[in-house]
Amino acid sequence: MFLETKSLSKKFGGLTAVNNVDFTVEKGKINAIIGPNGAGKSTFFNLISGFHPPSSGSIILKGQDITRLPPNKIAEMGIARTFQTTNLFEQSTVLDNVVVGHRLRTKSNLLDAVLRTKRLKREEEQCREKALEVIRFTGLEKVAGKLVGSLTQEEKKRTAFALALATEPEIVFLDEPAAGVNPDETEGLAQLMKKMVDKGITVCLIEHKMQMIMKLADKIMVLNYGEKIAEGTAEEIQNDPAVIKAYLGGSASA
Amino acid sequence: MAKIINKRFIIPVLILFAIVFPFVTQNDYFIHVMTLSFIWMIGVYGLNLLAGYTGYLSLAHAGFFAVGAYSLGLLTVKAQMNFWLAFVLALIITSVLGFLIGLIALRTKEHFFAIYTLCVGYILYLIIDKWDSLTEGVRGLIGIPAPGNIGPISFETPLSQYYLVLAILLVVILIIYRIVHSLTGRTYIAIRNSEDLAQTIGISTMKNKLEVFVLSTFFAGLSGALYASFIRFIGPDIGNIVITFDLLTYLLIGGIGTLSGPIVGTVLVVWISQQLQFLQDYRMLIFGPILTLLVIFYPRGIAGSIAGWNVKRAEKKIAKAQQDERFSQSPISAENQVKEG
Repeated sequence: MFLETKSLSKKFGGLTAVNNVDFTVEKGKINAIIGPNGAGKSTFFNLISGFHPPSSGSIILKGQDITRLPPNKIAEMGIARTFQTTNLFEQSTVLDNVVVGHRLRTKSNLLDAVLRTKRLKREEEQCREKALEVIRFTGLEKVAGKLVGSLTQEEKKRTAFALALATEPEIVFLDEPAAGVNPDETEGLAQLMKKMVDKGITVCLIEHKMQMIMKLADKIMVLNYGEKIAEGTAEEIQNDPAVIKAYLGGSASA
Repeated sequence: MAKIINKRFIIPVLILFAIVFPFVTQNDYFIHVMTLSFIWMIGVYGLNLLAGYTGYLSLAHAGFFAVGAYSLGLLTVKAQMNFWLAFVLALIITSVLGFLIGLIALRTKEHFFAIYTLCVGYILYLIIDKWDSLTEGVRGLIGIPAPGNIGPISFETPLSQYYLVLAILLVVILIIYRIVHSLTGRTYIAIRNSEDLAQTIGISTMKNKLEVFVLSTFFAGLSGALYASFIRFIGPDIGNIVITFDLLTYLLIGGIGTLSGPIVGTVLVVWISQQLQFLQDYRMLIFGPILTLLVIFYPRGIAGSIAGWNVKRAEKKIAKAQQDERFSQSPISAENQVKEG
């Protein structure tokens, strides 16, 4: 059991966005969450990454309860995430964006900065090296010096991946990583996710591109109106009557 | 030409100019104005660190400026304390107050933060203005001593005070430079750019924001304490919101979130307003439109816009170099490009 949620729920006023979801993320695999619009997928991510406190239920990472931790602590524990709308520091270069991603693994403080201590210099070098490493890993060498604001959508997605990887995560949550990119680029991003798994990082993603998910994911969970309606391999999901009903509407036997 | 005007060259020249300035003018009034500008700059740097680099626009800075000034004034005049001891205590008092106010103020964001700090600044002003028994209210504090001797050096003359303030300013700039160009500075900038994202990548935003807020009030207090010892008389007006907007004007004109902005903005505005002194209050008729135009067309101020142009030029150069390379390396792709064009 790597990461699991136990009857996790989130209510926004009268609306139950996530309802009693039990889910386990399997280590070293690609886990996917799918579901129609408004099914509560992003809210589910926000609960795990600490952006919203859950109304009830718990989140367990490697046997440790992380339910009420703030986002920065959760990041420290090895959970990274990207946002649906590529949320990056637009006015800085790719390199500068990614360098600060390793900040949480460093200890130098204000005093180190003012006195320019050895520790600061060492850690700055460490951050830079980490940044270059993940930039190479995500294939962004050519645009490393460009402002993020001037990148293509796909390059921005890769930068978001790089930033998440710079935090040295054990598990990354990717919110619609392939939204708004063309089929060729989607394939490239899928390859990148496989590469991450090969490196020992567990991946969990939300995605609407079914073709990609069915090929890529080892395990899929389907959410509808905040509830888990199915969980299993791509094949199981494709033949699940409840899933077909949720996506196509009408009677399952039709 | 462009190569000569780079940082390595321009910084020593500016410092040298600041050092020889009093000998060039020989005019006590100019030295006075320049010293005052330096004092303001320290406060503007403090505001810049918070508003420019961390993205939290505080409008309480005149309040903290006044707290620094009054702490020094009261400790030296009323408590008869040694100047430098009082000076250090004034900075500590301002920072502690900054810490306490920051704890509450930083729970708000953006314009709510601005409005909250505006109120805090006004409350600080009111306390100073109304607490007659302690601060002497509108009568003000008279007879604040000049900075005490450091060993054999005394600071009684305008010239020696000029150099004292200049030295402190240079240290402040060095500190700010180092902070901005360190991991800590990157952390602040990350918070400015997107607080949510900063938190996602493991940055404790509250801790960092509080750190900057205290640092920022520290510089405001430093600026205020220097002001008190330089002018030797202080009234509640130095805590007035007008002073906050003065500081903010210097910062906006110079360039918010830039290292040289506070210097450029302060020197420029202070000198222009000195030159327009003969117009009395009508000078605002000239200032207002200039400021408005500047904010509309150069929102990043003078220093920010120049930096922006340089970045664009460098980018163009790189793009051109890359294109040239492509043309020379692969004639086929060059041909393709011609076709496409």
